[in-house]
Amino acid sequence: MARQFTPKVVTANALLEGDVVYLTADDRWSRTHSEAELIEDEAHAQIRLLEANQPGIVVGVYLADARRGPDGPEPVHFREVFRATGPSNYAHGKQSATDSAGV
Amino acid sequence: MYSYSDFDEQFVRERVAQFSQQVARRIDGSLTEDEFKPLRLMNGLYLQLHAYMLRVAIPYGTISARQMNQLAYIAETWDKGYGHFTTRQNIQYNWPELKDIPAMLEALADVQMHAIQTSGNTIRNVTADHFAGAVGDEVADPRPVAELLRQWSTDHPEFQFLPRKFKFAVTGAEHDRAVIKAHDIGIQIVRNDAGEVGYRILVGGGLGRTPMLGKVIRDFVPAEDLLPYSEAIVHVYNRLGRRDNKYKARIKITVHEHGIEAIRDLVEARFAEIRPEFSGVDQDMLRGIEAQFALPELTAGGAGVYDADYATDPVFRAWADTNLTAHRHPDHAIVTISLKAHGATPGDASADQMRVMADLAERFSHSELRISHQQNVILPHVRKADLPQVHKILAGHGLGTANIGLVSDIIACPGMDYCALATARSIPIAQQIATRFDELKIEHEVGPLQIKISGCINACGHHHVGHIGILGLDRAGVENYQVTLGGDATETAALGERAGPGFSAEEIVPAIERLVLAYVEQRESAEETFIEAFRRLGMAPFKAALYPEERVKDAA
Repeated sequence: MARQFTPKVVTANALLEGDVVYLTADDRWSRTHSEAELIEDEAHAQIRLLEANQPGIVVGVYLADARRGPDGPEPVHFREVFRATGPSNYAHGKQSATDSAGV
Repeated sequence: MYSYSDFDEQFVRERVAQFSQQVARRIDGSLTEDEFKPLRLMNGLYLQLHAYMLRVAIPYGTISARQMNQLAYIAETWDKGYGHFTTRQNIQYNWPELKDIPAMLEALADVQMHAIQTSGNTIRNVTADHFAGAVGDEVADPRPVAELLRQWSTDHPEFQFLPRKFKFAVTGAEHDRAVIKAHDIGIQIVRNDAGEVGYRILVGGGLGRTPMLGKVIRDFVPAEDLLPYSEAIVHVYNRLGRRDNKYKARIKITVHEHGIEAIRDLVEARFAEIRPEFSGVDQDMLRGIEAQFALPELTAGGAGVYDADYATDPVFRAWADTNLTAHRHPDHAIVTISLKAHGATPGDASADQMRVMADLAERFSHSELRISHQQNVILPHVRKADLPQVHKILAGHGLGTANIGLVSDIIACPGMDYCALATARSIPIAQQIATRFDELKIEHEVGPLQIKISGCINACGHHHVGHIGILGLDRAGVENYQVTLGGDATETAALGERAGPGFSAEEIVPAIERLVLAYVEQRESAEETFIEAFRRLGMAPFKAALYPEERVKDAA
């Protein structure tokens, strides 16, 4: 039996700022993990990955494991948790109020 | 200090202009990421976890007050007001935006600095003893030869696409403060029986996933043969190095697979071939470079002020005991400024702190500073009479921590807080260990002990050569920390031995505490250091301290 597909989000880094972005269901790139499209079907994930390959906007597109949370998708692996928040030694990156401006 | 020649100046400016064009073409879509990536890596620009990162070279760790001020300006203007000093005497900016990189490089070029060859499969920043030219135990200052190597290796046409990155380190003293045995090529300046100055050359050292100590390829290379001999080594590596497997591509594997004898024969053959091409121009240039590294004119006398303060002020005395090193001039001292305040990020300095250090260098250290591979900053030539004042100013800016060489003077790589390659975090572990030992107030009693932490097997945090090494890994989606013991980064270099199973992020700090307390309990006297005790006692008592539950299990 094929392994069960783990839900995913499409993520990358923004070309200009370098910060972490997520593909939304309405084809935007959001800075916020919970706004990402949670993809629960493997074939759909592959299609979204192809569509996300926008070299003028983002760099290093890939699928990251995620799960459904009360406010939208949540990261599963600790690496993705850090990407979604920022470093632990300073309140920089997404956890910083001044850095969390929208797309 | 070395000042750029017209050639250097022109080369760096041209490169800035060229890369600025490449950035513009990436932004307007003319270059794809695949095309752009090798270009940005040639210029020190990485894309990390949260942002771009610019790695700026500080050749052989020497930097002027003016340059330090400019680093502060760059940190404030295009980053978040701080910089991170690394184990390879570089500074990294963690938050630049792509569009600002050309301006940052221009600002660096304004003070004779650059980010060229701080990444990619080329010869990287040449590092050296951070006390170079100031300590008394040297055969010669290693920096002139490091500068010669920098000039030779920069844009060297044969060596822009090596099998893998390539790192040189140079020391002028028998006591190795530059970790030369953990470099692709380690150079030690020596004197032969006839009293002539030359070089002992080691090859094939490196940490990473397959740690190895460098082996001596030639005991004495005459001064005038250094460049052709180095060129012969890198040439042989360039030909034989494994391009089929990234993990076997470093020269340490080449030396390991072919044997040092076979490599030596090939190097000697190549050396004989190319030696005639070196007319001696390089030696003329070296003379010119040496003149620029002359010891500044030092003022004698005044040590009495220092002695008086040392006798009466316990805070100053504690700092003097750990953070000062004997200078070759008796009325001067080498000051190591700790970038390891308890609980702070190892190696980070704010723009304000950079300015304070630059100002101190200008006023008290002949405008010169050094960056050590231990991620601290050094004022190399401070008159003893000025030390109380220097200490007071440092202490007023969070730079007066008296912990050099102690438990909390931890090397830590950026780890998963910043690095895209990391498998676990390093910085919070370093912060917690330092904070814990500060609470215990025992680190001065514990004495010299080097803890080094890496957040992945690439070992930027030098964990293999830490007395206590900590390696952060990802074990089934959870951060896990392995401990190695008995490593040594000096002339008696040794690779640490793995103690046993890893610890969770919550368990690692108490485990290190048990380990250090076990050492204090077992040492013969306060004079026996951790590494000496480890060598005498072996792994067993330390293992018992790390894994007390195993002992209980065995007894049951």
